[in-house]
Amino acid sequence: MATAVATTRPGAIATGRSRDRTPGSMAFLIALWASLFFGVTVLLVLIVSTALDGAARMDGALFSNYLSSLRPESTGFRAGILGSMWLMLGTALLSVPLGIASALYLEEFADRNRWYNRLIELNLQNLAAVPAVVYGLLAVAAMALLGFQETGIVLGGSLALALLILPVVIITTREAVRAVPNEIRFGSLALGATVWQTTWRQTLPSAVPGIATGTILGLSRAIGEAAPLLLLGVAVGIRFDPNGFLSQFTALPMQIYNQTSRSQEEFQTAAAAAIIVLLVMILGMNALAIFIRNKFQRTW
Amino acid sequence: MIKAVLFVAAMISILTTIGIVVTLLRPSLDFFAEASIIDFLIGTDWAPRRGEFGAVPLVKATFLITLIALLVSVPVGLGAAMYLSEYASARTRKIFKPVLELLAGVPSVVYGFFALTVITPWLLQDLLALDVGFTNALAAGLVLGVMIVPTVASLSEDAMSAVPLALRQGSLAMGANKMQTTLRVVFPAALSGIAAAIVLGLSRAVGETMIVTLASGSLPNMSADPRDGMQAMTGYMATTAGGENPVGSLEYNTLFAIGLLLFAITLVINMVSISLVRRFRQEY
Repeated sequence: MATAVATTRPGAIATGRSRDRTPGSMAFLIALWASLFFGVTVLLVLIVSTALDGAARMDGALFSNYLSSLRPESTGFRAGILGSMWLMLGTALLSVPLGIASALYLEEFADRNRWYNRLIELNLQNLAAVPAVVYGLLAVAAMALLGFQETGIVLGGSLALALLILPVVIITTREAVRAVPNEIRFGSLALGATVWQTTWRQTLPSAVPGIATGTILGLSRAIGEAAPLLLLGVAVGIRFDPNGFLSQFTALPMQIYNQTSRSQEEFQTAAAAAIIVLLVMILGMNALAIFIRNKFQRTW
Repeated sequence: MIKAVLFVAAMISILTTIGIVVTLLRPSLDFFAEASIIDFLIGTDWAPRRGEFGAVPLVKATFLITLIALLVSVPVGLGAAMYLSEYASARTRKIFKPVLELLAGVPSVVYGFFALTVITPWLLQDLLALDVGFTNALAAGLVLGVMIVPTVASLSEDAMSAVPLALRQGSLAMGANKMQTTLRVVFPAALSGIAAAIVLGLSRAVGETMIVTLASGSLPNMSADPRDGMQAMTGYMATTAGGENPVGSLEYNTLFAIGLLLFAITLVINMVSISLVRRFRQEY
């Protein structure tokens, strides 16, 4: 989030120290500290307790076997892991070009005062808060409209997730594009480039780190979503590797949901192990996004 | 030419919205042709198998769980936001803000698992010795609250950071200390932004699916006791979609009717949030 950072931060104002050390003030400060640490603590408890639960099942079978309800002690998530990867690829291919194109239109070409452009903006804000389950219903209808008989194929899942994260991709891309200073555009235009040439050859390349960061964060949200897939009728017990966008598939969060809702102990352990795999994927993507942001961030 | 192509891409968002409305409306109309819309909105018995279509129990469960979630996320989120905006050094902020945002990055199915395996058996049953069932609204609400802490904290922090420095300096010059400045000057000045953050958190909580499906149970009832299991709107949708109802059947269409209700509720909440932000932007 690119908030304008003032040169003097509020936290840096010097105050009369003695008055900040009354019992009331100290209690207030401790309460603020506690609320900051509350979230961090819950995150730690969540990760540690899940890792302890799942440690017994962090073995090769977890990655190489298919889901099995007969042999819970050696059940595996191979189909789900591969399915989630196909799903990510499809989601990225659908959402990234669309998101960038929309953001470029809104930032570089649109006239803010036209009612339809304002409508697009308002609509984007609304879409960002539409519940994920609703996108599942939308994808069901869209797939039927496009004439696909089979439910639960990679394309349908990708469509639901791509529409779900599209607002995130558009909003972050707009921020990245907006951060490119106007002098670069003016320089290019002054040399005789058209608006599109300026956008494509100057503005867009300069905004790539910001766009990459936003896209990765969007995808890391998509990889953990189960609700839209549930509504799409994605099967859980698939016992083959998905091999394309029209292939039937299952996804890791769906399998976690399925294993969690079974009462037998071994399934819970397997779910915990699968959660660790999913969290590693998500934390890895988040780390990559932060790395890109720090490494390539430019101050103009 | 290129502008037209890009415009079409931007129009996809409008098409998505139209798509959502059409998708939800058509089966819902089929549904309301057979079931009474009045019963749907005020009926207190939800048993689609028996032909009872009163959605109130589902709506009640959704709002009860959301209320618990807000009781967790509003104080915690605001506390964290106040610390990050008013007290923290630039470095502390740089470390804690991304860590806090990781909370929102944890998938909700993972939170559901956490509620079932840690919060209910360990925190609620052992530590607090509450008489709760395997699934209950309290555990679902608590973890849902944790999940939306970053939403509340991040936006509130933006709102408070946007309050001009001069206001703080004025307050401090009058002899107020930092706590008084934070609570009586910065907080009221950022209030509409903070309200928008809370409203957005509310809309996230209403639409969340996997936590309530896993942790709150699948029993529609009118109980107001958070220790009981109950079924929320999204929970019903997730459970029913997983079942075997033929497309076009009355029970299948209930999915879309509930979806439409959910969409309408979140839409209203969002509009409130957007208009709050707009007011807050105009202030300085």
